[in-house]
Amino acid sequence: MAKPMESYRWYELNVGCVIDEPGNSIVYKTGDWRIMRPQTDYSKCTKCGLCWLFCPDNAMKPNEQGFFAPDLDYCKGCGICAQECKFEAIQMVEDRK
Amino acid sequence: MKRVGIEVSAAIAEAAKLARVEVISAYPITPQTHIVERLAELVADGELEAVYMNVESEHSALSACVGAAAAGARTFTSTSAQGLELMHEILFIASSLRLPIVMVLVNRALSAPLSIWCDHSDVMAARDCGWIMLFCENGQEAVDSVIMAYRIAEDRRVLLPVMVNIDGFTLSHVIEPVEFPEQELVDSFLPPYNPLFTLNPERPVTMGAYGMPEIYTEAKYAQEMAIKGSKAVVKEVMEEFGRVFGRRYNIIETYNLDGAESAFFALGTINENIKTAIDALREKGKNIGLISLRLFRPFPSEELIEILKNLKRLMVIERAMPQGAENTPLFNEISSLAFHNRLEIQLENYIAGLGGRDVDPQEFITIATNPFQKDGKMNYKVIGVRG
Repeated sequence: MAKPMESYRWYELNVGCVIDEPGNSIVYKTGDWRIMRPQTDYSKCTKCGLCWLFCPDNAMKPNEQGFFAPDLDYCKGCGICAQECKFEAIQMVEDRK
Repeated sequence: MKRVGIEVSAAIAEAAKLARVEVISAYPITPQTHIVERLAELVADGELEAVYMNVESEHSALSACVGAAAAGARTFTSTSAQGLELMHEILFIASSLRLPIVMVLVNRALSAPLSIWCDHSDVMAARDCGWIMLFCENGQEAVDSVIMAYRIAEDRRVLLPVMVNIDGFTLSHVIEPVEFPEQELVDSFLPPYNPLFTLNPERPVTMGAYGMPEIYTEAKYAQEMAIKGSKAVVKEVMEEFGRVFGRRYNIIETYNLDGAESAFFALGTINENIKTAIDALREKGKNIGLISLRLFRPFPSEELIEILKNLKRLMVIERAMPQGAENTPLFNEISSLAFHNRLEIQLENYIAGLGGRDVDPQEFITIATNPFQKDGKMNYKVIGVRG
């Protein structure tokens, strides 16, 4: 399944909807139902990586400077990173698309 | 082919052996028990090279079959009534994942009151689960249907589970003469299962993935087209079975229907009693026939229309009580066919033989000679109810 789901016809689906192409989840951006998103205050961030450790979707990623920022293609806005941050460096803010 | 006297349950186990099943998973429930007991014996005695899985419930029994079939094994299971209800959610998964599992459903009434006796309320409650459904009238048909079921299920154009329905006790526990086909002949008719996809670490696939609203409709439509298309394969397999083994089956069986103006319509062993009634009625000069379905899902609409066109009256005999419905399941199918194809036919609906109640051939003679008049309360007449 490498193309957008909307473009599939019924007869193009594998029998039993088997997905025979491993790793296809990378193709699908799953962050589109998010209403809140994390915002990191880099002056408070100690690069401890708790947010990265606890993020259930592996959506918190270190940037070039070693600070942590969400990958908004996959972040669902659950707020676990903000909850777990010991330095109150992460705030959940309304996501305006 | 040698003819032997054998209990039909044991004969079904022998048929599964002839089909060279690889995984059997079942939980004993009356009246299905003898089938799986005999299979357990065959495996324990080394007569059948298969894995017999002892599970703790029917939910697990079918789940294990789903897993085994997904791994590429030819699987068999069997159940009755409450057991089928416990399997219910897995029934949908088996058909949606397109796994060619074969299950013998020994038809039994649903509780409560607790009943172990035959009726069709179990299969009717599962009729829209996406399984191909075959019905049998006698032991020979049951044996042949199990072998045909694998051939149908595993056809690349089908890949759907098949349910072989046999009536509890009136068929399952009866000793009948059965001809078993030679193993070599079965092997030539039924090649080893060659799955399209399997759970294999060498080539990983995902089965049962999430279906977003963007794709679910297409997935269900594809499944619907597969079961609709399976009718042609069922016909093909029945025809080839006839050529190879000499016993010919049709998706719709008829009895004394040539030139008949009216007919009974029923499923399963009750047909034998109806045939006795028809013979008696024929002697009195009444030309009446019988239509029975060997294939119930997919529903053979086109073929039925051709038959119903020539009839003036059809008496549908249902062996299940629909609770709070407009009509019985079988009758709903027929009346829908008649309405949408503008068939001018008088349809009558009867419920008979609930929970193992005997239905005497005389009842059918009475039905045939006294058309049911609706009294405004019920769309159907319940045969034998005291009141």
